[in-house]
Amino acid sequence: MAVIHDMMPAFELFQPASLDDALGLLDRHGADAWVMAGGLDSFDWLKDRIRKPAVVVELGAIDGLRGVKAAGDGIEIGAMTTLTEVVTNPLVREKFGVLFQGAEAAASPQIRNQGTIGGNLSQDARCWYYRAGWSCYRAGGNVCYADTPTAVNREHAIFGADRCVAVNPSDTAPAMIALDAKMVIRSSKGERIVDAQDYFVGPGTDITRLTTLQPGELLTAIRIPGTWAGAEFYTEKVADRKVWDFPLVNIASAMKVNGSTIERARIVVNAVAAQPMRLEAVEQFVAGKPRNEETANAAGELAVRGAVPLAHNAYKIPLMRNLVKRAIRGGDNGWASTS
Amino acid sequence: MSDMDMGHTAPETPRGGASRRDFIKGVIAAGAAVSTSAYLFRTSIAGQPATGAGERLISITVNGQVRRVDVLKQETLAMTLRYKLGLTGTKLGCDRAECGACTVLVDDVPHYACSMLTHTLRNRKVQTIEGLAAPDGTLHPVQQGVVAEQGFQCAFCMPGFVMATVGFLKTNPNPTRQELAHGVSGNLCRCQDYDKILTALMKGAELSRGA
Repeated sequence: MAVIHDMMPAFELFQPASLDDALGLLDRHGADAWVMAGGLDSFDWLKDRIRKPAVVVELGAIDGLRGVKAAGDGIEIGAMTTLTEVVTNPLVREKFGVLFQGAEAAASPQIRNQGTIGGNLSQDARCWYYRAGWSCYRAGGNVCYADTPTAVNREHAIFGADRCVAVNPSDTAPAMIALDAKMVIRSSKGERIVDAQDYFVGPGTDITRLTTLQPGELLTAIRIPGTWAGAEFYTEKVADRKVWDFPLVNIASAMKVNGSTIERARIVVNAVAAQPMRLEAVEQFVAGKPRNEETANAAGELAVRGAVPLAHNAYKIPLMRNLVKRAIRGGDNGWASTS
Repeated sequence: MSDMDMGHTAPETPRGGASRRDFIKGVIAAGAAVSTSAYLFRTSIAGQPATGAGERLISITVNGQVRRVDVLKQETLAMTLRYKLGLTGTKLGCDRAECGACTVLVDDVPHYACSMLTHTLRNRKVQTIEGLAAPDGTLHPVQQGVVAEQGFQCAFCMPGFVMATVGFLKTNPNPTRQELAHGVSGNLCRCQDYDKILTALMKGAELSRGA
């Protein structure tokens, strides 16, 4: 598709200074309103003329949505906190290294300086058929162009395909689920709090969205409890390029280890399904097991059971299996020395 | 030729001749760039009526000066800098936050100017490549490093690399080569001359510490 380099089509821009004003605007404009946080996901849609909202509600002027603060033995992160602010925050680095590494692995320095944690968690699918404006299931049509005999689907799903085969591309979502984060969602009707795991939805629940957010709702904060603070973490992102790229597969895990025994663990893989996949069967299997090669191998095999590859993404199965093995083994993921 | 400077008191070419750059700036300032600006900003003609969501005439601080500028709601900072303010040092490469050529500093932090709405820049400080040199023309140490090491080939990406480096050095004034590479990893060079670029930017970092 040709890349258009001129001005975006016109929209009305609102820059509310308070959360209540923002929610009021979303109510008033309904389906015409487009929510913009850092804008990095939004601009592609708008510049390519795939989405043409009449109204953009830009959240950058709302101070209360930004910053990391201690909350009990955990932390609360405002949804408009930039990824750089998450990465450089001492509390995040000290207690929740898995989130620090996930956020640092996202995109590029300039994008992390502007892109927000709420936006990274709530971003839309990267399937290029969908992004290019094809009338696929996710766009409200009745075809999946990524799952035809000639489709290019190297980056698509190996689990949970239900008509649509797009994956969730977030770098920070697996860490949030591993840490058992709670997502604070506000609308003009009030507040609801959902587990990070339930924030993300698959095509069977809603084929046009990757999250549970409904029109009129905003993700305002993420609360991370102290449950896994200081646990043993592992993250790894495999992508074609070190910068900008979305994961082919990424993993985040938190483990409590006693001597050589795994007491309990949370293991989450992303970019293999429309939702980040928490591997509960693997978590149950490894609990109480000795941390050794045998456990790692068995965990890897268990993790990919039921995977169904498309024409060009079978490589994701051994990739995911190996990432799970490495998460169980733990240790240095090579990240610190290569970043 | 000098009448083509269009009121620029300090032309960049010292011997009275107008450079191509000055000519383009002059044309933009005179509002005569029919072929480019009218095309880019055509939506303002057919644009929607403003419905009370703030002024289109805004003030933004660019290179230490408060600039009053008429900005469309959907206008990006890169468009404003290049086509409204004539600051063509900021380059537009991909216009999709994927190349870094448009990198500027916003409140001292590197951002892609192609991917910010200018209306979000009210009360914030923008610095572009034009704002780096001292008023007497003395180059910024990072610019001096680039000149000293001849770091770039075609140099289309250079303003972005330099701004990304200046911003990165504010958070890490004494980086290793690898740290600086990570710091400017959001910038691409199509000449693929990264090794020389890094050498030049490391020289710039060294000169910055001495400044």
